[in-house]
Amino acid sequence: MSEEQIKNLEEQFEARIARDEKIEPKDWMPEKYRKTHIRQMSQHAHSEIIGMLPEGNWITRAPSLRRKVALLAKVQDEAGHGLYLYSATETLGISRDEMYEQLHSGKAKYSSIFNYPTITWADMGAIGWLVDGAAIINQVPLCNTSYGPYARAMIRVCKEESFHQRQGYEIMIKLANGTPEQKEMAQDALNRWWWPSLMMLGPTDDVSVHTAQSMKWKLKRKSNDDLRQQFIDQTVPQAELIGLTIPDPDLKWNEEKGCYDFGEINWDEFWQVVKGHGPMNKERMKARVGAWERGEWVRDAAMVHAEKKQERKQKQAV
Amino acid sequence: MKNKNLYNYILGIADNSLILGQRMGELCGHGPSLETDIACTNISLDLFGQVRSYFQYAAKIAGDGRTEDDIAMLRKEREYKNVLLVEQPNTDFAFTLGRQFLFDVYHLAFLSELQKSSDLTLSAIANKCIKEVSYHERFSSDWVKRLGDGTEESKQKMQDAINSLWTYTDELFHQTEVDKAMVEEGIGVDVTQLKEEYYKKVSQLLEEATLDIPESKWFQKGGKEGIHTEHLGYLLSDLQYMQRTYPNMEW
Repeated sequence: MSEEQIKNLEEQFEARIARDEKIEPKDWMPEKYRKTHIRQMSQHAHSEIIGMLPEGNWITRAPSLRRKVALLAKVQDEAGHGLYLYSATETLGISRDEMYEQLHSGKAKYSSIFNYPTITWADMGAIGWLVDGAAIINQVPLCNTSYGPYARAMIRVCKEESFHQRQGYEIMIKLANGTPEQKEMAQDALNRWWWPSLMMLGPTDDVSVHTAQSMKWKLKRKSNDDLRQQFIDQTVPQAELIGLTIPDPDLKWNEEKGCYDFGEINWDEFWQVVKGHGPMNKERMKARVGAWERGEWVRDAAMVHAEKKQERKQKQAV
Repeated sequence: MKNKNLYNYILGIADNSLILGQRMGELCGHGPSLETDIACTNISLDLFGQVRSYFQYAAKIAGDGRTEDDIAMLRKEREYKNVLLVEQPNTDFAFTLGRQFLFDVYHLAFLSELQKSSDLTLSAIANKCIKEVSYHERFSSDWVKRLGDGTEESKQKMQDAINSLWTYTDELFHQTEVDKAMVEEGIGVDVTQLKEEYYKKVSQLLEEATLDIPESKWFQKGGKEGIHTEHLGYLLSDLQYMQRTYPNMEW
């Protein structure tokens, strides 16, 4: 293809996106579009899978049968999200095994929030309320993103995430209205998860490298700072409603702007965790890689068994 | 308690699902593939759903203010009545699926009989559970076949698992005094009647999986009377942790 032809295709492609048309797997797309989507979608899938670990940590210790069943169902939903996000990413010409390889080698990233430990039951509430809450704010705009398979996956993911968010908040309500010990547990979880949740919405706009291009492709529709503000404005009244205090002395309502002003985020901590030195980075990868390696003989056996079955079938046919 | 036998009988059934559900729940996020991970979590979820139905009924019978959670999480080790099979640890995937298979074949046969119970609640619960359990049985049987008739390594691991777990199978057909009383009342299932068909079915599948059927006639029992293996105590420490650490609170 000549340079001019490619330029022509690119123009047509950008025009389609501008008209809000969906790009489908068999459509022509610029290499950069493909690569950017593989990066973001696989990162999203990895986050779902790694995200199973901090919550899975409390399945055996959930305080009641009802909570245990709800937590199991939630973690199972996340595995399901991982599954169809991997499938959606595969439509861009990469296999799930290749994506795993990137995750396990540390080349691919996942949401840093999962590198914090879940040390009390209240963390199950805080994760649902804050982490899923922030995830929804990130993800709802993606239901209209330009790449068809991703947009459709996100519609389903968002429905389930919003259920998880309510479930998490409901855990917090129960704790906040419980005994002093329970309330303290809830406040402590909020104290630990608040700042990492704000960081989840990404670096500030002035240092965010991907924003401009992603906006054009509708992979992003609002800037990180706008999303963060939306999250804060939405969450502060929820905390107040149940009598919990946001751990930010600088937080106050700004009448003029019609939103909350908030304190300085510790970006050094953010980058420390992103670069692999958070409290749980090594443990999460160890658990993930360990499960994968321990499972190798199982996956091999399943392949060999399927081949044997196929052979027998063919022999019978002859 | 007026209906002490019925209460204890329900606990005997439910504890199997409770303890096995707990074991399967341990694996969440640690499975050999995403698909098996989801399936194992799903089995755990089904089992805990069953547990809730049983214990809600048991709480109603007890009628002393105890809840499903009190019954599930606040008994002492000797008061759990599950069979030894279900408390065995997740040594590896072959053990996990082998344990599941050896229990599922029994569980399916048991529920199919429990559907005929003269106790309408138990019969209704059995009716609901049997659909889930027939899926469990298909899943675990398929995996025993895959691992048995897979690679040399998987065959060896599957055989080791079956050999180790075999000793716990006979207990499934052991009758306690409560069981006998319940059979007499037309409420309970006569598990002794399920034994022959169980070993026939299990043996057939093991053959299909190109595995040897263990010949050992030495069996372990005790779980139904509350005499467990050393594994149970640790499982209970997790299961009961919150209820013990924060007594009398709502979650």
